[in-house]
Amino acid sequence: MRMDRRKFITKTTLSSLATLIGTEIVFGTNMLHDYQPVALQDPDPFKLFKKDSEMVILNDKPWNIEAKAHLLDDKITPNKYMFIRNNGLIPETIDVKNWTLVIDGESVVHQKKYTLSDLKSTFKHHTYQLTLECGGNGRSEFNPPAKGNQWTIGAVSCATWTGVRLRDVLEDAGIKDSAVYIGYHSADTHLSRDPKKEPISRGAPMIKALQDETLLAFKMNGKDIPLAHGYPLRLVAGGWPASVSGKWVERISIRNKVHDGAKMSGTAYRVPCNSIAPGTIVSDKEMCIIESMPVKSLITFPKSGAIIHTKDTLKIRGHAWAGELEVSKMETSIDFGAAWQKCSLEKPANRLAWQHFSANIQFPKKGYYEVWARATDTNNKTQPMVLPGWNPKGYLNNACHRIAIKVT
Amino acid sequence: MSTDKEFQKKLRKAEKLAYFAGFLFLIAGVGVVFLLIDPNFIRFQSKQKNSITTSVELDEDRIENGIHIRTGLIDAKGLMTVVTNCTNCHSAKLVTQNRMSAERWNATIKWMQETQNLWELGSNQKIIVEYLVANYPQKEKGRREHLININWYELEN
Repeated sequence: MRMDRRKFITKTTLSSLATLIGTEIVFGTNMLHDYQPVALQDPDPFKLFKKDSEMVILNDKPWNIEAKAHLLDDKITPNKYMFIRNNGLIPETIDVKNWTLVIDGESVVHQKKYTLSDLKSTFKHHTYQLTLECGGNGRSEFNPPAKGNQWTIGAVSCATWTGVRLRDVLEDAGIKDSAVYIGYHSADTHLSRDPKKEPISRGAPMIKALQDETLLAFKMNGKDIPLAHGYPLRLVAGGWPASVSGKWVERISIRNKVHDGAKMSGTAYRVPCNSIAPGTIVSDKEMCIIESMPVKSLITFPKSGAIIHTKDTLKIRGHAWAGELEVSKMETSIDFGAAWQKCSLEKPANRLAWQHFSANIQFPKKGYYEVWARATDTNNKTQPMVLPGWNPKGYLNNACHRIAIKVT
Repeated sequence: MSTDKEFQKKLRKAEKLAYFAGFLFLIAGVGVVFLLIDPNFIRFQSKQKNSITTSVELDEDRIENGIHIRTGLIDAKGLMTVVTNCTNCHSAKLVTQNRMSAERWNATIKWMQETQNLWELGSNQKIIVEYLVANYPQKEKGRREHLININWYELEN
C-alpha cells in the first residue's frame, strides 16, 4: 500500500494525540492538514498575487497595485481585479494552525485569546458584500501634487466577505463603558524591518466597530482570503477608508481613547478639519481623522476610448457607492454637465455594498464626447465635477468619473 | 568457456585503457597547441576579468536611455546618492511617482527620519533634494485635467 509521507505523519500524530486525550478528534484531519506556507518568491507579481495582467503596479516595495475602471465591471469584484494596498511588507509565512486573535486594551473586561477555530466555532457567521476604497484613491489628480502612491481610480473593490461580527467577539470579551475606539495590530513587517515598529495600526470608533456589517473575516468571495488581502483573518469595515480594515489581524485593543497606533496621527488618513487653499501647510492638530468615504461612482463599461456610429445607442454601466450612506440618484452627462440624464440604479445587495447603474445614451451628431457620471447620496450630496477640497495627502477625491467616446 | 570469458574481459580492459590513453594524448595535444599560441594564458585571464566586471554593470547599475535600469531613476547628477539612500526600505517607484517642491521633499525626509528609521543624510540631503526637484518637477494640473492617453477602439454593438 502506498501512503504519502504527510498523510502518514498526520495519521500517526492524530492517533498518538487520540491516545493522549483518550478520544477521537472530530475534524482532526482538517486540523492537522498542513498549510503550505506561501513564500513570496515568484518574480512575476501578477502570478504571485493572481492578478490580471492589465492591473497597474504603482509600487513593488511595499506592494501597491490598482485596477482600471473597465476591470471593475463585475458586480462582485474577483481577486484578480482587486487592488492591493500595503503600508509594510506582507508576512512571508502564516502559521494558520497557531494563529490567535487577542482582545485586549484599557476598556476590555477580560483579556481574551481565540484561535481561528475558536472564532469559527463560537460565533455566528455572516456574509456581506462590502465596498473597500483606499482613502487615497484619486490622489494622482490633486494639484499641487499630494504625497504618496499616485492612485488614479482603481483603489476600490466590492467583494463578499464572510466572517464573524467584531461586535460578537468584543462583547464576548466584555466592553467597559469607558470604550471609545478599537485599534488593530497585525502580522505585517515595517519597511525598515524594525520589529519594534508597526507599519500600520489603525481602527475605528466603537459605533463603527459595533455595526452589524463590521466583520472579522476569514473568507473572501467564498474562499480563504488571498494572502495579499489579509489571510487568515482580516477586519472589514465597509464604507470607511480601507486602511480601517486591517489585514493579518492578531490583536484588537478596546481603547479608552482614540487609538494612537501607526498611521492614526499626523497627516495619515486625515484631512484638514477646516477647508484650506490648495498647497497650504497645515499643522497636525488641525487635521481630522477620515471616517465615512464620500459618494462616488465609476463607469465600468465601456472602456474609455470607444468609437461608435451615429445611430448606435451606447449602453453604459457601472457602480456607485456612498460610504456609510446609500446612493439615491445616478446621472450621466454628455455635454460636460450642461444637462444630466437619470440612470437606472439598483438597490445595494446589503448596506455598504456598491450599487449598479446602467443607462442607454444616444448622441445627437458626430464628434468627440465625454460621458460623465455623477452619483448623489441620501444626504443629497453630489460628486463634484472638479477636484474636491485640496488636502496635504490627497485623500477623498470623489470627482466625477468620465470616459471618452467618439461618434463617427 | 571460462577462459573465453576471461579473455573477453581482458580485451575489454585493454580497449578501455587504449581509449583513456588516447583521450589523455588529445588533451595534452590541445594543451601544447594552446601554450604555443598563448603561453601566459592571457586569453583565459582577460576573459574572466571581463566577465566579472560586465556582470556587475549589467546586474547592478546599468544605464539605458538615460534610465538607471535597476531602479527606474533618471540618470543625472546625484543619482547614486539617491539610489544608496532612498531605495533601501521602499522601492524607487515610491520616489518617481511623487512630484514635490524642495520644501516638501525636506519635510518628507524629516518625517521619514522621525517615524520610518531613515538615517541622518548630512550633506547628501541637499544632493538628493536637488536631484528630485530637477528631475521630477511639478507639473501644473489645474482643477481637472483633460483625458489623456486615450486608446481608441471600435466598440462592437
